[in-house]
Amino acid sequence: MFKIKKNSLNKLYAAIAEAQTLYIPCNVNGKPNFAVWGEGADVDLASLKTVKSAKEVFFPQCEDIVSFKTKGKEITVIDCRKESEDFVVFGVRACDAKSFEILDKVFLSDPVDTFYKTKREHGTVITLACSRPEESCFCSAFGIDCAEPSGDVATYFSGEYLYWSPKTEKGLNLTNSLKNLLEIANDKDNLALENEQKNIREITKKLPLYGLDLSKWGADDLLEKFNSEKWQELSSACLGCGACTFVCPTCQCYDVRDFDKGNGVQRYRCWDSCMYNDFTMMAHGTPRPTQMQRFRQRFMHKLVYFPSNNGGEFSCVGCGRCVEKCPINMNIVKVIKAFGGEGK
Amino acid sequence: MKKVLDIMQKRAKQLLGEGIVNRVIGWKTGEFGYDQTPAVFTSAAELSSLVYDSFSAPNLSKYLIEETKKEGKALVFLKPCDTYSFNQLIKEHRIDREKVFVIGVECSGKVDINSLKSRGAVGVIGVEDNGEKVIAHTLYGDMEFAKDDVLLEKCRSCKGKQHMVFDELIIVNPVKEEKNDRFIGVDALDAMTPDERFEFWRGQLLKCIRCNACRNVCPACSCIKCVFDNQNSGVASKASPDTFEEQMYHVIRAFHVAGRCTDCGECTRVCPQDIPLHLLNRKLIKDMNAFYGEYQAGTDTDSRAPLTNYTKEDVEPNVISDKGGDK
Repeated sequence: MFKIKKNSLNKLYAAIAEAQTLYIPCNVNGKPNFAVWGEGADVDLASLKTVKSAKEVFFPQCEDIVSFKTKGKEITVIDCRKESEDFVVFGVRACDAKSFEILDKVFLSDPVDTFYKTKREHGTVITLACSRPEESCFCSAFGIDCAEPSGDVATYFSGEYLYWSPKTEKGLNLTNSLKNLLEIANDKDNLALENEQKNIREITKKLPLYGLDLSKWGADDLLEKFNSEKWQELSSACLGCGACTFVCPTCQCYDVRDFDKGNGVQRYRCWDSCMYNDFTMMAHGTPRPTQMQRFRQRFMHKLVYFPSNNGGEFSCVGCGRCVEKCPINMNIVKVIKAFGGEGK
Repeated sequence: MKKVLDIMQKRAKQLLGEGIVNRVIGWKTGEFGYDQTPAVFTSAAELSSLVYDSFSAPNLSKYLIEETKKEGKALVFLKPCDTYSFNQLIKEHRIDREKVFVIGVECSGKVDINSLKSRGAVGVIGVEDNGEKVIAHTLYGDMEFAKDDVLLEKCRSCKGKQHMVFDELIIVNPVKEEKNDRFIGVDALDAMTPDERFEFWRGQLLKCIRCNACRNVCPACSCIKCVFDNQNSGVASKASPDTFEEQMYHVIRAFHVAGRCTDCGECTRVCPQDIPLHLLNRKLIKDMNAFYGEYQAGTDTDSRAPLTNYTKEDVEPNVISDKGGDK
């Protein structure tokens, strides 16, 4: 375990950024989001959640795949894939760190998504334990301990210090490169940190969504859930926007689009939302013509289909972003509870 | 406010019981005391979860487009600002007035939970509003705010406490009208140089995640198929292949609702990235007021809007050019 004084953190960021790109939560035009660190960046590690999750560093909202250039009847195919360079993402909360494991299951299973894979290989994840969990948080329902996040390096704020604990080889390599900035933590530090973690876990138990019961969900009873009459009422106020999807750390659906540049085409992929009326649009039309069906898809995917294909694992990490951002306050928690998953 | 809710519940039950309406559209309580969801209530028992307080912000007017396609009459509760949207939708023939029973409810301004949070109230598990002060009960202690400081933007620039349309009113405590200048933000932008203004909007619009919440909540955006969702339009897009796209989306949207936007402020309320979208709409409202005379969309259901009406007094294009329209 290592430590660094809070007021020296800028030196740490600069040292990391000297060797590789550093993504870190920054206030950009008034909102915290992961951004590339540079001198003068308004780093914001105090806000618990960025608007968009950390998944964007591995799975950007918009990503070029290939370009075509046309000249008369001639088409040239241009490979616009970029070689990924090493980068660090700092300040990832335990929920977002867990979301990477879920995304891995999708993008790293056959057929492997090379765009994602190369970024995963080149990225070093530095997590940050939560100091002040909020009412919308329910990561504990998915077995996540926000006081002990995973990652290549886990960090924790306590008193005057940021504590630094490398967890993987990648994390150790990064730590070694920062040795002159990091002090070795002593027994007193370890004790203080343990106390801090104990406090955080106590707060977690007081959260309004603590004890959210997922035992009614999973791979079983697929048809019973699918055919339930509850979806109609639950979805009745849904505006069909994509706010929940685009702030979600585990949503992984994307669309492939062509942008007509006049003298060619830029083919790119971008996040898609099952809430949109053209989601999975096919030649024959859409398989989900009503908002109820699209709404149902989102929650069935996270709470039934994904677990049924992935050994019971849910594709939700309880970060609560959708709970905070839905314009009409309908969310996965209300859905879980409507099917008998009452809280404490 | 509790008393208002009691009357709302009693009257709704009565109208349901008498068969005058067959459903009620209102707000339903959530998990934390501030997260209300618009809901349809069809029985007296269901109405026990109807709620109306400082967080009943969602404008229910747009739901009536779908609701009035159904059988029977719907009772809807509308705040003063919501009635402008309702009228505008009547004017655009999107709502069947015969199928709605409107009860106007008093409003003394709605509280912005994000404003509480940005002022340090994290872990909010309950909020009290005594009219002057707002007390946030949080996991980390209580915090107190002056209500005026934590109102939604749309309430800080309230259009007035009068309902433009109603069948009945529920007003227990008449709310005092307070003057405000809703164009202050626009004036500040107008005072900038074109380059500064461009930088401001670029910074704000680059935050856009293209979730479409602003469009989907907007009562003026009631196209059955939006041009941005239409695969055949050539401009459909779910994300930006180029950052300029986001600016186009918002600017085109603002122009499309010009003269029809009632300034209900829902776009700004729902934006997950806090983009001050109301400023785009208000800029157009301000200019239309200057060019064609004062006009407020939604005050009535039959007047002609400035951009759909021609008079000999209409401003000449060179006047618009003088205002920087050619830059």
